[in-house]
Parts: sequence; C-alpha cells; structure tokens
Amino acid sequence: MLSLRGKDIVCQQAVELVTDYLEGSLSRRDRRRFEAHLRECPNCAAYLEQIRMTIELAGAIEPEDLTAEARQDLVDLYRRWRSEKHRPPGASTTDGGPLDERNQDGR
Amino acid sequence: MEVELLSRLRNGDEEAFVTLVARYQQPMLRLARSIVSNQAVAEEAVQDAWMGVVRGIDRFEGRSSFRTWVFRILVNRARTAGSREPVGAPIEALHTVDPARFDGRGQWADPIERWVDESEDRLDAATWLPILRAALDDLPPRQRQVVMLRDVEGLSNDETCAVLGISAGNQRILLHRGRTRLREVLEAKMEKD
Repeated sequence: MLSLRGKDIVCQQAVELVTDYLEGSLSRRDRRRFEAHLRECPNCAAYLEQIRMTIELAGAIEPEDLTAEARQDLVDLYRRWRSEKHRPPGASTTDGGPLDERNQDGR
Repeated sequence: MEVELLSRLRNGDEEAFVTLVARYQQPMLRLARSIVSNQAVAEEAVQDAWMGVVRGIDRFEGRSSFRTWVFRILVNRARTAGSREPVGAPIEALHTVDPARFDGRGQWADPIERWVDESEDRLDAATWLPILRAALDDLPPRQRQVVMLRDVEGLSNDETCAVLGISAGNQRILLHRGRTRLREVLEAKMEKD
C-alpha cells in the first residue's frame, strides 16, 4: 500500500473497531481504513472471524427447559389473575404499573 | 404465529399463556438475574412481569415487538424489585483486548490461530455451547444484559436500547466488551485443547 503510514490503523486499534464495524456505525472513512487493514492483516481477519463465530454460537444458546413446577406456578398465577379479572366491577384491573407501551420508559 | 398467540391470550386462553411462558421464561429469568442479586427476587420479578403482561395485553398495540415489550416490563419490575446497580451507573471496568497481546507498534505479538479449518465456518456447538454459556453468565451484568438481548435473543440494537433504557453508544460499548470477553474465553479454551 502506498497510503500514508499515519492514516493506517494498527491491530490494537482495529480490534477495538470490530463491533462498530459489525454494527455499521463506523464513518465511511474509518470503515475504509478498517477494511484496508483487514486485507493486509491475516491476524485481524482471523480475529474478526472469531468474533463472528462467537456471535453465531451465542445465537445457538437455547433456553433450558422450564421445570414442570415453574410452569405450574405460572399457570396457577394466571388462573388466579383470570378469576380476579372476572370479579364484580369496581375491582381495579389497571393498577399494574406502567404497562402502556408509551409509558414503558425503561428507566 | 405470535400474533395469533397474542389474540388468544387476549381472550383468556390459558394454553396460549403457557406457550408464551415456555418460550420466554428462561430468557426472562436470565435477564432478571443480571439485574437483581438473588434468584428468588429474580423469579418474583419474572412472575410479576407475567402478570403485567396479562393485565396489559389489551393495551399492547404491537408497535414494538412483543418480546421487546415483555423484556421492558421485566426490566422495570426487576429494577423496582431491588436493583444492585443504579440505573445509569458508569460502564463497568474497561475490557478491551489485553495490551500484552500487542507489540510496541500495536501489532499482534503472536499470530491469531484459526479456530476451524477452511472447510468449516462454524464451531461445533455441542463442545462450545456449554463453555460459551458459562462465560456469558460470568460477564459483568450490564454486558451480559446487552449480549443476551442482542446475540442470544436476537433483538435489534434499537430494541435492546429500548428494553434497557440505554443509549445507542452505551449499548455498543457494552456489546463490544461483552463479545470481546466471550471470544477471549473461547480462545483460551481452544489453546488448552
């Protein structure tokens, strides 16, 4: 490459850009520098591939099966809720907190 | 199919409820566990969240995905139930790639070994999943929350920010540190074998 040394990134910088790269949040200039570095650096290319494999493997984690007890607890709870719901008018059913999507501020 | 489940849930269909519970209970527990400090409180927060779901289902308009909505309710409940980290706490200790891996010019001191042959493009799940799962559980809570929602549950970055109430920038930093750490754990195990 004939580009100026000062504009090149080194491995230690490249590995810290990996997530921003995969997220598509690098500036166009940084993305070009990152990709240029990968083309010349088999180590960083292998590193990126390992991060990709790690992500793929994480996606294969399956929730463990629910125990029968845990499931039954929830079913019981649900039945209780349903019988509450059918109580005479006046019993409040809307006091469950910030449930409206607009109010789910998550803070 | 989730749309159908939700309309059945609105009509008080217990089976629909059970199906949704089976699908989301474990991810919810995992998430709750990263917010509160003990298992019992986490389980209570999850139960609480389910009650929030059945009570609020009529008002769920599908503007967010159901999953995002449920997780968000859970995060709110769990944080109310007893947060072990104040919201907006500083991001956990810096975790980047160990500087000792690089030489004085910032280049890898030793070559990065490829994990699989050219012919394969993925790791053997049976061998590596248990290791990854354990490593995930060991991540600092905020990193674990983000990695779980993004990489395990497959939420988008926007959804993850909405669920956790964090900025896009924070989300990326936490995701980066979490993934960096998980890769490192796998690498350490590879070298041992």
